[in-house]
Amino acid sequence: MTAAWPLLKVAAALGFGLNVAGLLAWAERKQSAVMQDRIGANRAAIFGFKLWGLIHMLADTIKLLTKEDFVPKGARKGLHGAAPVISLGFALLCLAALPFGGVVEVAGRSWSLQPVESPVGLLFVLAMLGLGVHGVMMAGYASGSNYGLLGALRGGAQMISYEVCLAASLAGLLFIYGTLDLQQAVLWQGRHAWGILVQPLGFLLFVTAGVAETKRAPFDLPEGESEIVGYFVEYSGMKMGMFMMTDFVESVVVAGLVTTLFLGGWTIPFYEPHGALGAVLMLASFTVKLFVTLFLLMQVRWTLPRFRFDQLLHLGWKNVLPLALANFIVTIWAVYLRSRL
Amino acid sequence: MISVTTVRRPARTMATQIYFLEILKGLLITLRHFFVNMSRHVLFELGLSKEPGAVTIQFPDVPAMLGNRARTRHRLLKRDDGTPRCTACMCCETICPAKCIHIVAEDSPDVQIEKRAKSFDIDLGLCVFCGYCVEACPVDAIHMDANDVELSAYSRKDMIWSMPELLGDKKKEAHR
Ligand code: SF4
Ligand code: SF4
Repeated sequence: MTAAWPLLKVAAALGFGLNVAGLLAWAERKQSAVMQDRIGANRAAIFGFKLWGLIHMLADTIKLLTKEDFVPKGARKGLHGAAPVISLGFALLCLAALPFGGVVEVAGRSWSLQPVESPVGLLFVLAMLGLGVHGVMMAGYASGSNYGLLGALRGGAQMISYEVCLAASLAGLLFIYGTLDLQQAVLWQGRHAWGILVQPLGFLLFVTAGVAETKRAPFDLPEGESEIVGYFVEYSGMKMGMFMMTDFVESVVVAGLVTTLFLGGWTIPFYEPHGALGAVLMLASFTVKLFVTLFLLMQVRWTLPRFRFDQLLHLGWKNVLPLALANFIVTIWAVYLRSRL
Repeated sequence: MISVTTVRRPARTMATQIYFLEILKGLLITLRHFFVNMSRHVLFELGLSKEPGAVTIQFPDVPAMLGNRARTRHRLLKRDDGTPRCTACMCCETICPAKCIHIVAEDSPDVQIEKRAKSFDIDLGLCVFCGYCVEACPVDAIHMDANDVELSAYSRKDMIWSMPELLGDKKKEAHR
């Protein structure tokens, strides 16, 4: 049991991510529908049970799985197949490093609820998120279509730009926490204050960069569902489904990072979790915060129109990055002056 | 008189340029919509409210809601004594741009009326729902207010409505 525990945790984290991503596809439809005074998908039913449209996710999956997997002439077969796997795989790997809970004492030994405990957890997550761009570029290059290639170039430029902003917006916060270990960051917030109170500007910049990093509206230029042709234009069936899942999983990862770094992770204000009940409460706290963040991300997605590409790069390099650096510098000074007091 | 209205475009102030406040305003609007609609949905599902959360009409499940002045399927009207008003004057057949009205006239037993329709068929598969037939009728015998929009049928023949069906004496079976 002891040896299998980390594997079990990783498996649970990946399963959690995939399921939440599936739920997000449903939430995206229903949330936008309710927001826009519509009803949303509500036709699919099993034995008359519609479950508010949840069955549609099942129907969609079956459709994607049974659709023809078409590889166009002139595509580089190996790369074409590998691209969605790389995209989804790296996105899922991020989840393994998120602290879903702290350490609890049950049955005479301590159990950590973080799947992979690493002193450089944050670097790991950022690196894995950054590697996702390989899947995008590979997909565009391997499809043998200029439209796909152009979409991939847009995607590459966007993701690399916002990768920089993503890390820069966190720099100040990490200076305060004094650690790259996500678990330690959560514990710091438990002792002092939530990150969003310490670094409100950092929070806004991180969310902006995070939405851009996940390639979702208002920054969905790489794929641009109906209007501009995106990098997975030559994909069909489940491979296309995997690209779509990647976006949702990346949303979960970004929401998880926001929860962990800015919303106090699994901590519950004025409560010290103990034992099995504490473990459940920690997981619940993390999940609730994650869902609230996802809800807000989704709401932003359905509120704002899409940026133009030059506006997007403008925003990234000329606004978010300088603000993030200024935030960092001010934070360093504050920390320095405080240590002198 | 020509008058000139100057439309003042919203100025690009610092507040809009920062964009962030505008995002917040937009978010407030969409969030308000979400929560108001959501509470309506929940109350409706729980049976606490008669008002549904969305205005969507689930059409095949729920009958279509038509406006009071909707122009729908034709209907032939009757006099007070129950005989059809139509005098078989052929005005509607003549004006019909789709040539989809076919009337066979016969003598009416009432000498005051002279003529009446022996058969009156409208091929709704050809009809363009222009409403000219209604305008043309001198005796107000034909209306397009049956409030029936589910007219599809499996064959062209079934799209032809005969006089008893248009009068409402016989139910049109074939298209259901
Ligand atoms: S609505 Fe127009 S097309 Fe249809 S029957 Fe009347 S005149 Fe003819
Ligand atoms: S115009 Fe009126 S009265 Fe004349 S044939 Fe048509 S329905 Fe009958």
